Amino acid sequence: MTAHAISSSAAIDAAKRRDELIAFAVLFLVLAAAPAVIYPFFLMQALCFALFACAFNLLIGYVGLLSFGHAMFLGLAGYVSAHMAKVGTIDIGSANFGIHLNFGPMNPLVAILFGVAASAILGVLTGALAIRRQGIYFAMITLALSQMIYFFCLQAPFTHGEDGIQGVPQGKLLLGHIDLSQQTTMYYFVLAIFVVGFAIIHRVVNSPFGDVLKSIRENEPRAISLGYKSDQYKLAAFVLSAALVGLAGATKSIVAQNASLTDVHFAMSGEVVLMTLVGGLGTFFGPIVGAFIIVAMQNYLAGFGQWVQVIQGVIFVACVLAFRRGIVGEIAHRLGISL
Amino acid sequence: MMIPILNISTQALFGQLLLGLINGAFYALLSLGLAVIFGMLNIVNFAHGALYMVGAFCAYFLLNLFGLGYWWALLIAPIVVGALGVVIERTMLQRLAGLDHLYGLLLTFGLALIIQGVFQNYFGSSGLPYAIPPELQGGSNLGFMYLPNYRGWVVVFSLVVCLATWFMIERTKLGAYLRAATENPSLVRAFGINVPLMITLTYGFGVGLAALAGVLAAPINQVRPLMGADFIIVVFAVVVIGGMGSIMGSVVTGFMLGVVEGMTKVFWPEASNTVVFVIMAVVLLIKPAGLFGRTA
Amino acid sequence: MLDATSQPLLELAGLQAWYGESHILHGVDLDVRAGEVVTLLGRNGAGKTTTLKSIMGMVGKRAGSVRFEGTETIHMSSDRIARLGIALCPEERGIFSSLNVEENLMLPPQVRPGGLPLDQIFDLFPNLKERLSSQGTKLSGGEQQMLAIGRILRTGATLLMLDEPTEGLAPVIIQQIGHTIRKLKAQGFTILLVEQNFRFASTVADRYYVMEHGKIIDGFANSELAANMDKLHTYLGV
Repeated sequence: MTAHAISSSAAIDAAKRRDELIAFAVLFLVLAAAPAVIYPFFLMQALCFALFACAFNLLIGYVGLLSFGHAMFLGLAGYVSAHMAKVGTIDIGSANFGIHLNFGPMNPLVAILFGVAASAILGVLTGALAIRRQGIYFAMITLALSQMIYFFCLQAPFTHGEDGIQGVPQGKLLLGHIDLSQQTTMYYFVLAIFVVGFAIIHRVVNSPFGDVLKSIRENEPRAISLGYKSDQYKLAAFVLSAALVGLAGATKSIVAQNASLTDVHFAMSGEVVLMTLVGGLGTFFGPIVGAFIIVAMQNYLAGFGQWVQVIQGVIFVACVLAFRRGIVGEIAHRLGISL
Repeated sequence: MMIPILNISTQALFGQLLLGLINGAFYALLSLGLAVIFGMLNIVNFAHGALYMVGAFCAYFLLNLFGLGYWWALLIAPIVVGALGVVIERTMLQRLAGLDHLYGLLLTFGLALIIQGVFQNYFGSSGLPYAIPPELQGGSNLGFMYLPNYRGWVVVFSLVVCLATWFMIERTKLGAYLRAATENPSLVRAFGINVPLMITLTYGFGVGLAALAGVLAAPINQVRPLMGADFIIVVFAVVVIGGMGSIMGSVVTGFMLGVVEGMTKVFWPEASNTVVFVIMAVVLLIKPAGLFGRTA
Repeated sequence: MLDATSQPLLELAGLQAWYGESHILHGVDLDVRAGEVVTLLGRNGAGKTTTLKSIMGMVGKRAGSVRFEGTETIHMSSDRIARLGIALCPEERGIFSSLNVEENLMLPPQVRPGGLPLDQIFDLFPNLKERLSSQGTKLSGGEQQMLAIGRILRTGATLLMLDEPTEGLAPVIIQQIGHTIRKLKAQGFTILLVEQNFRFASTVADRYYVMEHGKIIDGFANSELAANMDKLHTYLGV
C-alpha cells in the first residue's frame, strides 16, 4: 500500500469518526432535553429498549450471529435486580448444602450490577453451546435455550411465576443524595446508563477486537487460518452482548418497578430483532431509532389488542422484502456516510 | 429411587408413554416438514407452527361452516394450507433467493406473527372444541392399559404418513429430483427440470404436512390460535437434536423425544417442559451436527 | 464438411455473461454445425466453462444472442433451453451423492425422442451396468465421468456440451472417452467440447476455437492444426 493510500484511508476513518461523533453529540443533546417535551416514563422505557437493541445488534451487526433468544438476558437480569432491590437474598442449592446469603434490600445500582452479572454468567453458559453451530442453527438454539430459561422463570420461587416481582423500590444513590423516585432524577440516571452502555459498544466495535469480529463475520475460515480463535472471539462478543442486555433489563425493572414473564418470553426476543431490523442491522444508531419507533407504536396502538402483533408482523415482512437496510441504514446509504 | 418407580402404576406409565408417542408423532410430522423445506429452500420455516394451527382451524371451519367432518378435513386442510404455502412461496420467499438464509427465518417469523395475531383477534386465546370422529370414539383394553382409539389412530396414521414421505423422497423418481435439486439445483434445472416449480411445491407440501398434524391435533388439544406458537420452539430443538440432513432422522428423533418427554412427566414432572432443551444442550456438546446430521 | 450455407445448429453472437458483479464473457461469437465436434481451447480462466454455462443459461446474467436451431434462447431459463435439446456434462461432473448410480443415470428427463437406449449406453460404458446400486459418488473418477456422459445420452439432446471430460483421468480411460466421442459423432450427435489437452482434442475434433479474456481470438479446422501449432503453443502457454 502506498503512503498516499494509507493517509487517505486514515482520512476516511477520521471523517467517519467525525460523522459518528457529531451524530452522537446531537443524539445526546436531544435525549438530555427530551423530558421537557416527551413523557419521561416513555423515554426511559424506550432508552432501555434502545440499549437492549444496541447490545443485540452487537452480535447480528458485527459478528453476523442472529440470536433469537436475547429475551432470556433481559428477563433474567430484570428478575435478579428486582429481587435484589426488593429482597436481597441469594439461595442456591438445598437447605444444608449451597449458598445462602441475605444482604437485605440493595441500593439500585448494586442491584443492577447483580442483574448484569447474572446475565453475563447465563451468557457464558448459553453462548458456549450456541456458538457450536452457525447461521439458522444458532438462531434456533438460542431460541430453544431462552425457552428453557422462560420455564425456569415460570417455576423458580423467587420470580413469583405468573405474578412476577411487583413494587420494586427505586431507592437512593450516593448515601441518599440522589433520589431515584424523583422522575427527572431517574431519567438522567437511565440516560447515564444508556450512554455508558452505548459508549462501551462503540468502543468495542472500533477496537482491534471489533475488527477481528468483523473479519469473522466476513469470512470465518479465513479468520481462523490467520490464527484467530474465532470461537473465543464469538463467545466473548456473546457474553458482552448478554451483559449489556442484562444492564438494559436490570435498569428497566428498576424503572418500571416490576419484573415479569413478558421480558423473558420469546416474543420479546422477536421484538428486539424487529427494532434492530427497522432501524438498520449493523448501524450504530439504527437500533436506537428502531427501539423508539416500536415502543412508541406499542404505546399508541395499545388499545388495538392483537392487531399490534399483526402490524409488527407486517413490518417484519415489509422490512425483509423491501427495506433490508432499515431506516438509519437507508439514510446513511443515501448520504454516503456511516451512522 | 426404586420405590417411586414401583409406586407408579403401569396404567399411568403406559398412559404417559402413549401421550409421549402422540407428541412425538406431532414432532415428527412438523420436523419432517421443516427438514423437507430446509433441504430445498434453505429456509427455516418459522411460520410452521402458525400453519399447523391454521390446519386445525381449517378442520374447525369445515365442520362448523360446511358440515364437513374429520375425514374431509384430513384431506382438505392440507390442500388449503398447501395452497396458502404456494402463494407465500411465490409472492415472498422466492424474492429472498441469494440472500442470507437468516432473512427467510425473519420473514417467516413475521408471517407467523401476522397469522397468529389475526386468529387471536377473532378467537381470543381460549380453545375451541373439536369432537373425535364417531368412528374413532371409545377405546380398547389391551390388558396392560386402556388405549383410546383416537390416540392409537394418531400414532399409526402419523407413522404411515412419515414413512410414505420417506418412501416418496428416497425411493421414487420425484424424490430423486428432490434430492438432486437439494444438492445442485442449477444442474438439475439444466437437465430440463423446472426447479423453481419444484421448490414452490415442496414448500406447499411441507406446510401441508404441518396442516395435517394440526387436523390430527384438533380433537386432542382443542383448536387454539397459539397452539403452534410454543410448540414450534420445541420442534426447533428437535430439529437441532436430529440434524436436518436426514428424513428418517427427523422422524426417529421426533418420536424418540416425544417418548422421553412423556417419561419425564412420569418421573420428574417439573422437568418435562425443559427436558427436550436439556437434551439439545447435551447433543450440542457431544455431537454438534446433531444425531443424524452431516457436519455442516 | 457440411454445406457452408446451411444454418448452424448453434450460433453465438456477441455473447456476454456475468457472475454477480464480475463480467466474464465480453462478446463471444462462434457457431457449431449439426454433426460437428467443435473444441474450445484456451488457458484457465479464459471463459471456456462460462461459455458452456452461458449457452445452457446457467449464469447470473447474459446478453447478446444464442440461437439453437434458429431459436433465440437468450431470455430463456436453463430448463427451457435444455428442453430444446441441449445437454451439459459439467466440469465437476455433477454426480449426486444422495442418488445411486441408476438414479443418477435416469435423472435427466427425456427432452426429445431419439435418445440412446440404455443397452447402448451400457455397451459404451459396461462398468456402469455392474454398479447400478452404488452411491453415485462412490465410483472412481473415470466411472463418474462415464456416468456424467451416459446420463445425457439418454435424453434425446442433439447438442452435447462436454466440459473437460478427460481431466484427471488415466490414459486408458481417456482413450475410452475418445472412442465414445467418435462413436457419438458417427451416430449424428453434435458435440461442443472444452479441452485443455489438445492432443486428445485433435483425435476427435473437426474444428477449434481459441478463447482468451472472455473472447474468441482464433479458429481453425483440424486439418490446419499442424500449421497452427506454434500459435497454439503461444496461446495456451505450453
